[in-house]
Amino acid sequence: MKFCLVVDDSRVVRKVARRIVEGLGFSCDEAEDGQKAYDACQGTMPDVILLDWNMPVMSGIEFLEKLREMDNGSGPKVIFCTTENDLGHIQRAMNSGADEYIMKPFDSEIIESKFVQVGLMEQAAE
Amino acid sequence: MRIADFDLYKDMLMKQSGLTLSADKCYLLDSRLTPVAKKWDFASLDTMSVALRGMPDPALVKDIVEAMTTNETSFFRDGKPFELFKEVVLPYIAKSRSTQRSLRIWCAASSSGQEPYSLAITALENQHLIPGWKIEIVATDISDDILEIARKAEYSQFEVQRGLPIQLLTKYFEQNNENWKLKEEVRNMVKFQNFNLLNDMATLGLFDIILCRNVLIYFNEETKKEILIKMAKRIPSDGFLFLGGAETVLGISEDFTPMSDCRGLYVLREGNYDMEALEKSAAG
Repeated sequence: MKFCLVVDDSRVVRKVARRIVEGLGFSCDEAEDGQKAYDACQGTMPDVILLDWNMPVMSGIEFLEKLREMDNGSGPKVIFCTTENDLGHIQRAMNSGADEYIMKPFDSEIIESKFVQVGLMEQAAE
Repeated sequence: MRIADFDLYKDMLMKQSGLTLSADKCYLLDSRLTPVAKKWDFASLDTMSVALRGMPDPALVKDIVEAMTTNETSFFRDGKPFELFKEVVLPYIAKSRSTQRSLRIWCAASSSGQEPYSLAITALENQHLIPGWKIEIVATDISDDILEIARKAEYSQFEVQRGLPIQLLTKYFEQNNENWKLKEEVRNMVKFQNFNLLNDMATLGLFDIILCRNVLIYFNEETKKEILIKMAKRIPSDGFLFLGGAETVLGISEDFTPMSDCRGLYVLREGNYDMEALEKSAAG
């Protein structure tokens, strides 16, 4: 089973995201900021990370930059999932090694669509 | 909804658009026509049904038909057909039309425009195959309202996140507050026009590729047959047809046959294809 780490400082968002990714057949863990996510990745490297931008302690973009420098840090697919919805943020995220970008609010269809695009799962048959 | 009212709409839709409304679609009448009733200041759907039994306003009938025939869509819907377009059809056509250097595509029920624009983007992303070619995408729909939306080419944040990779969003769209508008370069590749599939298709000209996805399901057997017969005449002897993944030509078309291992892609049974080239592009 593929493993997803949901990183967001909102408990509600983490819960919603967890329900969606588990519904897509992934196992799931949560982290409430970039530092906790970094610690988690030193234990088990996830297959995919859903990453908020603005969080206390360590932001999503700082975490991403540190992650990509880790051994095996290029492995996980990183999908930003944030209310930051301007071109500048999107481009900065992509330049820092994000694989995809979701502008909140999201729903299960959007997450599934992005998981398919980064090659984590097959397109569901019609 | 009363059975007599259901029949009223059923007959109207059949006559006006060829659309078949089975009893299990009763809920669709409620959800899609309640806004129409509101727009026309009827107290309820029932009141509107009563009014329709008299001398119905043709504009109201048009609104009803449009509301019932508007289909769900998204960018790169279902993924697979766009892969086949890129990996099988485009490489083949790049060779077969290398003298004319032109490509004409018809999206036969373009709805709010995501399908024709997805094709335009795919063509732009694969320009190395067709450098400097004249590309014309004709997109038709039966609804003027939806065509207007499609021409505007402005989509909500929700719409651009369904099926559209972020790289393509940043490359081909401009941000307009909460919305995203397609750049002129893409918009100019698509020509929208109103067209009813029951009408004479010869006026549209010839196409190398026709997409008619998830449309035939709304028609009865007779109409499906008729539409496919007419479409077979709109493509040259080496043209292509795309249908929805769940659709089939089995028992409804003698003209088209599915391409093996290419779900949703059809060629002419009596066509004249360079089979070697076709198989080569299908094998990737």
